[in-house]
Amino acid sequence: MEVGQMQRRLIEYTKSLFMEGILDDQFLQLQQLQDESNPDFVVEVVSLFFQDAEKLLNDITRALDLQSVDFPKVDAHVHQLKGSSASVGAQRVKNGCIAFRNFCEEQNVDGSLRCLQQIKQEYYHVKNKLEALFRLEQQIVAAGGSVPMMELSF
Amino acid sequence: MRMASSSSSSFSSASMALGDEKPHVLAVDDSLLDRKLIEKLLTNSSCKVTTAENGQKALELLGLGDGQHTLNSIASKVNLIITDYCMPGMTGYELLKKIKESPTMKDIPVVIVSSENVPTRIKKCLDEGAEEFMLKPLQKSDVNRLRCQLTKFSNPHKGMLCMGR
Repeated sequence: MEVGQMQRRLIEYTKSLFMEGILDDQFLQLQQLQDESNPDFVVEVVSLFFQDAEKLLNDITRALDLQSVDFPKVDAHVHQLKGSSASVGAQRVKNGCIAFRNFCEEQNVDGSLRCLQQIKQEYYHVKNKLEALFRLEQQIVAAGGSVPMMELSF
Repeated sequence: MRMASSSSSSFSSASMALGDEKPHVLAVDDSLLDRKLIEKLLTNSSCKVTTAENGQKALELLGLGDGQHTLNSIASKVNLIITDYCMPGMTGYELLKKIKESPTMKDIPVVIVSSENVPTRIKKCLDEGAEEFMLKPLQKSDVNRLRCQLTKFSNPHKGMLCMGR
């Protein structure tokens, strides 16, 4: 596949992630921050998100597994996850966290467990998508091309 | 509100031509991800940035820790403090209060950022002297605006930033 084709494929792929609501405008903000002085900025920030998310999802899972659930603690973890996902534009994960916090407020264990499942699915989904996106970018760069900038309006 | 000696109210690149006159911002946030983000936003806007992961470390950097002196701190160089509201230990609000209680630091503008839009929280921070309350995640347009306002908020220790042409 030649560079132009790969670039078009990347743009279409990225667009689809926005259309499906998997990513939001914040992800574009990250891409716009990237420059020659920090060409791996987006990958670095997203990696931090992956690390944060996996740790927090583990913490939440363990906390909900206890005989007596410490909801304020669970809520604090969810708040953090909401923040990280919002910072990278992982919209569905962020929205899942917003819903989750309502269950925490109600001290609803079943609701929380279902929400956690949902968030885990959304997280792994966005993780796969972003890793695929980064692979596409790498292929373009390896072929000597440059990664196209997404337009803000589409 | 201090009056800037410059007549220009909008930021112009001419006024910041001096190489070592980049505004110095202290950014406080317990999230490494958010610290990385705010740092990039600020450096892309030609600001010098120091980050701190909590209120205590921020106070130490400002020379306001227990038994400290502002003498060897970055205190005299900081033009703006941006702090997250929700932090374990000392919240951004508590940090704001400590800064406003300090005779040397009270005039440095403090901006509070939060992922949550809570009117009572916003009012509390503004009443305590926060320059502004902004919603996270911060965007380039937010930082551009702050950057512009920085030319009006000059640090009394550092003198006027904007020469105004």
